Amino acid sequence: MIPLFTSAIEFGAVFLLGCVGEILTEKSGHLNLGIPGIMCVGAAGGCFGVKLCYLASPTPNAFLVVLMGILFAMLFAGALGGIYGVLTVSMRSNQNVTGLACTIFGSGFTAFFLDEAVLTEGMDTNLSQAGLNFFNATIPGIDSLGWFGEIFLGQSALVYLAIVIAVAAAVVLRHTKAGLSLRAVGENPATADAVGINVTRYKYTAIIAGAAIAGLGGITYIMCRLNGLVSSNDGTVIQGIGWLCIALVIFTMWRPALAILGSILFGALYNLRDFINVLPEMRDLIDIIPYAVAILVLIVTSIVGNRETQPPASLGLSYFREDR
Amino acid sequence: MDNAALELRHISKYFGSVAANKDIDLTLKKGEILALLGENGSGKTTLMNMISGIYYPDEGRIFVNGEEAVISSPQDAFRYKIGMVHQHFKLIDIFTAAQNIVLGTGSKGIAHINEEVKEIAEKYGFDIDPKKKIYDMSVSEKQTVEIVKVLYRGADILILDEPTAVLTPQETEKLFAVMRAMKADGKSIIIITHKLNEVMAISDRVAVLRKGEYIGCVDTAKTGPAALTEMMVGEKVTLNIARPAPKLDRPLLEIRDLTVNNDEGSRAIEHLSFFIRGGEILGVAGIAGCGQRELCETIAGLRKAESGAIYHEGESILGLSPRAITARGVAMSFIPEDRLGMGLAPSMSITDNMMLKNYQEHGYSRKEKAPDENSPENAEGKSFKDRADAFFDRHCPFVNRKRARAEAERVISELDIVTPSTETPVRRLSGGNVQKVLLGREILIEPNVLITAYPVRGLDINSSYLIYDILNRQKEAGTGILFIGEDLDVMLALCDKIMVLCHGKMMGVVHADKTSKEQLGLMMAGALDLEEEKGKPMGVAKDSRIGEEQA
Repeated sequence: MIPLFTSAIEFGAVFLLGCVGEILTEKSGHLNLGIPGIMCVGAAGGCFGVKLCYLASPTPNAFLVVLMGILFAMLFAGALGGIYGVLTVSMRSNQNVTGLACTIFGSGFTAFFLDEAVLTEGMDTNLSQAGLNFFNATIPGIDSLGWFGEIFLGQSALVYLAIVIAVAAAVVLRHTKAGLSLRAVGENPATADAVGINVTRYKYTAIIAGAAIAGLGGITYIMCRLNGLVSSNDGTVIQGIGWLCIALVIFTMWRPALAILGSILFGALYNLRDFINVLPEMRDLIDIIPYAVAILVLIVTSIVGNRETQPPASLGLSYFREDR
Repeated sequence: MDNAALELRHISKYFGSVAANKDIDLTLKKGEILALLGENGSGKTTLMNMISGIYYPDEGRIFVNGEEAVISSPQDAFRYKIGMVHQHFKLIDIFTAAQNIVLGTGSKGIAHINEEVKEIAEKYGFDIDPKKKIYDMSVSEKQTVEIVKVLYRGADILILDEPTAVLTPQETEKLFAVMRAMKADGKSIIIITHKLNEVMAISDRVAVLRKGEYIGCVDTAKTGPAALTEMMVGEKVTLNIARPAPKLDRPLLEIRDLTVNNDEGSRAIEHLSFFIRGGEILGVAGIAGCGQRELCETIAGLRKAESGAIYHEGESILGLSPRAITARGVAMSFIPEDRLGMGLAPSMSITDNMMLKNYQEHGYSRKEKAPDENSPENAEGKSFKDRADAFFDRHCPFVNRKRARAEAERVISELDIVTPSTETPVRRLSGGNVQKVLLGREILIEPNVLITAYPVRGLDINSSYLIYDILNRQKEAGTGILFIGEDLDVMLALCDKIMVLCHGKMMGVVHADKTSKEQLGLMMAGALDLEEEKGKPMGVAKDSRIGEEQA
């Protein structure tokens, strides 16, 4: 059971980052279906950042490698989020169509980019031992703590970063003025506008920050899950994870704090096939469990009808001040 | 002018080719209550939106406290200490009152807010619970939150857009008391309203707009309702609503012992029995939420009845689909509080909205409909070709936009709808014009029972009379009309009989010319129950179309 829990938390971090990114975006009233593509692009950007370090010196500083990986993941993902933002906020194009276009573009771009810019010039499939070591470095001496240490303290730094980001997002949304304003923008932009909140700025900030966080999820998948072993069709897998992240948003009812638990559950469900003995034909059935759970939650929350568990009221609607 | 809090000079605003405001001059003095009066679509709300930064004027200048102000966003308006309480509240439903009030201000934590809100509430005599969520609040509570929100931001100039439209008389009195307290505190207030008695009761001066133009400003003390009405409509309107004598047909629609639940599952209507004859208008009076909405929906087939029966021309229509009920000639036009909520698709054009309901019955196929195709005398002698045409008419997958447009044009000209074209999205029209489109469409299908709820809600006087005329024409044509209204004066003048509901129970049916406002008021409040008095069931017709065994 210990390996299942360990990998659930590790994989959960990928879900968590994608989910928190989407929650932030949705709280501004924008349903970003581009998150799967944005996570792909984040992975590509992160790999590129790591590669840059190796181009500069054969034995780069481990800290620098990690920093560049994270930075470029957020940069690339944020850029795609920015494109989505320009289209949906400023040009008021349809959010669903734009988001899907971003996903298609993102996964295509990732396959191309990994092939042409990352996996060249003798850069083997193994990105970097030094960087990897840092990415996956654990607290020394945890082996003596038994199962507790292995599950909770033996994770990569990125996993803890993901949890910190989720907690921070929860605090910002719930306890700060900026969070209150952001939620107001997503609930009713006309109201937010009328009380003097800069609706456009909040929307852009939430969309780009959300995309950057989701992009971190992409590089987390490459580094923690694949141990840096990149291949050009990783985008396809990440895209699938991205859709689950959007399902997870519904599952956790737009709450980043709940998303921490939800992502671990999804991580466990996603890994279940590797840990239980079933016929190969049954594995596909196990794969659909997370999606089925998301649908179940949707059904339950709409039957209960509690106003607090509903999506932001203006989700998916463009806002134009002089519109009547 | 040093005592002017707000001054507008030569303000104009255009939406497309329609001028919403033309060259408006308006002055608000410090510490006064100015009533802004005008018919629907006269540009009052547009003008106020320009002051509060929602719209930007195309021409003209605004002065606040004697200095020129450029108000291009709501933030700017707050800087000039201008606050507006919109007709449709701008509140976040899932937030508490305090959260809504503090939203967008750079102030301290929520804990402080509760105290400050209480302070403001005490100062002006509000009743408010800062921790209550908006979705748990009544309309009047929401309005209070809106006003406190504006005051919290330190507004000196308050604009209230039709604040009394959604309030009960008692709540209105409370609001007026608050307004007087604010005025005593030195605030300047602009109030938009349709109700002349309220203008007389609360305002110091009255400014009148007509069709986007400024007509004039008078001291309230030196004018009266008649003079104001004349300024508003530009011509004397006859205050008598015509009431042609009803033809005493047999009952068209009969309701027997009907019980209906509301959305929350509690009783909306209990054991209600009544009937409508052809050629009469039956008014339904009652305070908001007494079950009128549920009654309309049940008759139209949109809501399930718990028990009881509904007969149309002697046949039960309970359980039929809304389309089948419409096909029998029962039409409903319901104007909800937000006017657009029911019956029209806001972003579709007038033509499209015409087609929405009528495509099935009239079949917008290639062929023009002969004028008397459906009349009973022709029904027998229809040739095979006619029948085939009728069949294709109904089952043709294509729609005839040309004819729909012609019908839209007919409604536009007959009901005097102001619109740039038939292809304008309905949401771009003013509220009154939207209502005319809705009613016009229902009348187009020539119903024999017309259910109309609040058809003049929020309409100006001229449009209201136009609607009364339309209803009277329908009545004379033999249509049975169920008129659910708000204004007792109008109902007393227009309806033949008035049925009063109180909490879903029938309080009695009275002849409009033999009753008084006081009697109706008592019945609405549940203090007078004619049904109990007489000890026999009300609302059962003697010359019923339904047999004993059916009932």
